[in-house]
Amino acid sequence: MSSDRRRPGNGAAPPVTSPNGDTPLPRPGDPPITPDLVDDHGISPDEYDQILRIMGREPTFTELGVFSAMWSEHCGYKNSKRLLRLLPTEAPWVIQGPGENAGVIDVGGGWALAFKIESHNHPSAVEPYQGAATGIGGILRDVFTMGARPVATLNSLHFGDLDSPRVRYLFSGVVKGIGDYGNCVGIPSTGGEVYFDRGYEDNPIVNAMCLGLMRREDLIRGTAEGVGNTLMAVGARTGRDGIHGATFASEELSEGDDEASRPQVQVGDPFTEKLLLEASLELIASGHIVGIQDMGAAGLTSSGAEMAGRSGTGVVMDTARVPVREQGMTPYEILLSESQERMLVVAEAGREDGVREILEKWELEAETIGHVTETGTFRVLEDGVAVADIPALPLTEGCPTYERPGEESPEIGNLRKTDVLHYMLPPNGLESAFLAVVGSPNTSSKQWVYEQYDTSVRANSIERPGGDAGVIRVPGTNRGVAATTDCNGRHTYLNPRTGAMGAVAEAARNVACTGAVPMAITNCLNFGSPLKPHIRHQFREAVMGMRDACAYLETPVTGGNVSFYNETDGQAVYPTPVIGMVGVIDDVGNVVRHAFRDPGDAILLLGTNRGELGGSEYLYAVHDVVAGEPPAVDLHAERSLQRCLLAMAGRRMLKSAHDVASGGLAATLVESCLGRPRTGRAVGASIRLEDELPDTALLFGEDHGRVIVSCGPDEEENVRRMTSDHGVPCTRIGTVTGEESPLEINTRSAALRLALGALRDRYFGTIPGIMSEAG
Amino acid sequence: MNVAVVTFPGSNCDQDCHRSVELAGGSPQYVWHRETTLGGAEAVIVPGGFAHGDYLRPGAIARFSPIMDAIIDFAREGGLVVGICNGFQVLCEAGLLPGALLRNRSLRFQSHDCWLRVERAGTPYTREYREGQVIRMPLSHADGNYYADAGTLAELEAEGRVVFRYCDARGDVTPEANPNGSLNHVAGIMNRRGNVLGMMPHPDRAIEEVLGSVDGLPLFESLVGTEVTAAARSEVA
Amino acid sequence: MSRFTVEVLVTPRPGLLDPQGKAIHHALASLGYDAVEDVRVGKAIYLEVAAASAEEAAERVEEACRKLLANPVTEDFRVTAETHR
Repeated sequence: MSSDRRRPGNGAAPPVTSPNGDTPLPRPGDPPITPDLVDDHGISPDEYDQILRIMGREPTFTELGVFSAMWSEHCGYKNSKRLLRLLPTEAPWVIQGPGENAGVIDVGGGWALAFKIESHNHPSAVEPYQGAATGIGGILRDVFTMGARPVATLNSLHFGDLDSPRVRYLFSGVVKGIGDYGNCVGIPSTGGEVYFDRGYEDNPIVNAMCLGLMRREDLIRGTAEGVGNTLMAVGARTGRDGIHGATFASEELSEGDDEASRPQVQVGDPFTEKLLLEASLELIASGHIVGIQDMGAAGLTSSGAEMAGRSGTGVVMDTARVPVREQGMTPYEILLSESQERMLVVAEAGREDGVREILEKWELEAETIGHVTETGTFRVLEDGVAVADIPALPLTEGCPTYERPGEESPEIGNLRKTDVLHYMLPPNGLESAFLAVVGSPNTSSKQWVYEQYDTSVRANSIERPGGDAGVIRVPGTNRGVAATTDCNGRHTYLNPRTGAMGAVAEAARNVACTGAVPMAITNCLNFGSPLKPHIRHQFREAVMGMRDACAYLETPVTGGNVSFYNETDGQAVYPTPVIGMVGVIDDVGNVVRHAFRDPGDAILLLGTNRGELGGSEYLYAVHDVVAGEPPAVDLHAERSLQRCLLAMAGRRMLKSAHDVASGGLAATLVESCLGRPRTGRAVGASIRLEDELPDTALLFGEDHGRVIVSCGPDEEENVRRMTSDHGVPCTRIGTVTGEESPLEINTRSAALRLALGALRDRYFGTIPGIMSEAG
Repeated sequence: MNVAVVTFPGSNCDQDCHRSVELAGGSPQYVWHRETTLGGAEAVIVPGGFAHGDYLRPGAIARFSPIMDAIIDFAREGGLVVGICNGFQVLCEAGLLPGALLRNRSLRFQSHDCWLRVERAGTPYTREYREGQVIRMPLSHADGNYYADAGTLAELEAEGRVVFRYCDARGDVTPEANPNGSLNHVAGIMNRRGNVLGMMPHPDRAIEEVLGSVDGLPLFESLVGTEVTAAARSEVA
Repeated sequence: MSRFTVEVLVTPRPGLLDPQGKAIHHALASLGYDAVEDVRVGKAIYLEVAAASAEEAAERVEEACRKLLANPVTEDFRVTAETHR
């Protein structure tokens, strides 16, 4: 740590004051406020008029910067807020819904789970390593500022096809960035997803999710309560990095932006984060503070204004008191800096020394920078001279919101109408198609990715990545929390409503497969520019689909993040509403895993084969086509299936359960046979499918509402009775055979006999093969 | 037995080690890196993590934490000191164990289960294992590639100081079973006196059936069951 | 006293396997830089040091290298001191 750290002379710093009521004046050197400058700040003429009304005068340059950040898409949700209000957010177990640093649910036994997902797409497109690393840092802080200790992270990553060197560079950089940051802080990664599709060629989707656990009574919020309480800047110093990152994240990238954007990239310091985590939790436990918030997007501005806005108070702070890393920083820069690993803390008046003592133990700084006022304004001084004074509530809540009409692009409508029957015949035969599907980068194992993440630290990882959902034990108990992320972008591209509904259904099914009850979701909505009607259509449809599914499955939304402008040169990513689902299991001893276990076990299919190939991995991997109507979602059937799975898991009836999704029955069967890499044991299976469907549709269809389970021969009757009680279709489709026996699949018209060795090479070898050839 | 678990800024596995000692029947206590004494502990665990962020080199800065002088003195008196993962790196940097841990051969961080062959039973750390026993536990590191010059390596082998070696499920020391490029498949070694152990894999993450393996627990049971002479007990300040 | 900028070059000892260097060598070869015969990767550390002379500055830093900045088991180091500008 730096030795030249500034300390206040003796104990309390002098109060932050300025001559009463003075109105901020332009600082020497401030540019004049012109229409161009306003436009450069991403503020429309109408929005500027509104600013003039709120202020009753022309804003200073500093104030304009503050508005620009707070009314950016990233902080102000101006193009999404109205629709997001339609999502269900309440349930008896929800302790904290949207609007805080993270959502919180009750998980029983006096424990609460804080969780949230957030995007770091734009920074990762420019600098994959730091972009992804700081994404992890930000989401960890969102969780531990609620008073919860982070216990797991997950990542939802979507990239272009791996045959592009640039995509490989982004992919390996993002994975290394996530790993290096999370590993150093010591939080296990328990899962997530990685997709590859040309729909993400120039705009990777990098979404990070974090789960944290706390005793219910330790919950703390990001509020600035108590007039006279002290604002303290805690953690790393403020530098010029990432100034206007929040605005940057809300603009479309254009070719050649790489170089120009670089200075805005923030650099992560996971070691400081680890110290900040420990110090924050100690601080919260000490009772010295009443509120704490990450200085994330728009830094000191958003944390200060939001804390005041939430409590209906005001704040005053002096930028000259903020510890800085560089000389000569202006208030504008200090307010908008996005330097990482910093917190704003509201300390109980008189207990500042206690705060400082804890921070010093962890070799971090804590500096008094202002206090809570009753004025209702966000007021900023520079060495005692007013430079900004803005009503806090209009700043945080008054951002103009829009809901302009949308319209589907006719191109998508046509793709959806494509008759996938044209593609029923694989050009090189069924076996070759089978290997192509299970060996495609999308379907194949993500071992290359998750082995770069520490998955076992803290010794509570019950189910590590590679299965349906990760499961973490609540320390000192038998209770567990499960989590997964899901979004099949191809499905949402072809039909955003069905696709989003499917993402929720699949996430819940994944959680239920492990034996955990799906409880709530956090979402990360990654879309193109909301200024375009077809993107607005996608967004609206996706929100509607999510609303229906979350309401029916009783998994309310507790918060999340919207990322618009995921476009390069007018080409938007697939609409990608990522669902982060959490669940609870009372006894981690009941966790069901995805791998088949013992020879002689019965293999059963729960749900119905319908052979829906629209938007499937088969069409992409074998025919290079993204088309058709994506699989339909029957929410009633999903709910019955999930309840049935939970009932069976609770009675320990199942040896395995594995959801059918991307890659269809083919992928699910291969995964259940191969189990885990390295220390797992692979078994064969003999499968007979009697459905009257074309072989390709039967093997590769991605119909929702299906799970393949296995059980001991003597449990089969019980499973049948249980499924019948729940109204879930159940078909015996085969038997687990010996270790290293082949996977044999017979349909009405085809017979496949696949050696596990060949499947293993395809399933585990694809991504390492591509990445090692690429060097 | 009282076991000190050292916490550096950046230690991540101190709580895992604490629990492991408890489960094995010992009495663990945390010792902050700025302490200068071990408070009467009869054994010391230097846990995994990223002490001081692993900046410069893993273990290089931690080696100068105030507590390290006490640990070095304790080890010289014959006190039991075990370093796991980052702790192994710290002990090498501190000169309590020979050699160094270099970047993995893959150049990537690696986190997965591995198999180990117990090469030496009957040490204070392996009394509860059988010689040649094959055990499984997670490893999780970017710098676990054990290196020592040829002379040192020959000495380690000749004196039977390689305690754990990476192997496959059958116990065979095959090239594929070497996860990180360690010379002679070294996963864990001891000092000449046999009181200091360093190992890269994590016995502290293999202590319960529900975690997938209990093969790490005997190490802690061996440790807490070891008789300690008065000389090898740290002084209470 | 004046200020000196001291550069420390830390390099892997000869004969020590350097996987990073190997990977970079491989990448360069695949880009057509056939003339590159070997690559070793080390690191540079810059220190601002107050001392009476460049020699004194270098001497202090050499001591720090032996103690902390380089690992004698695997690394060599070279120290150069220049007047601070």
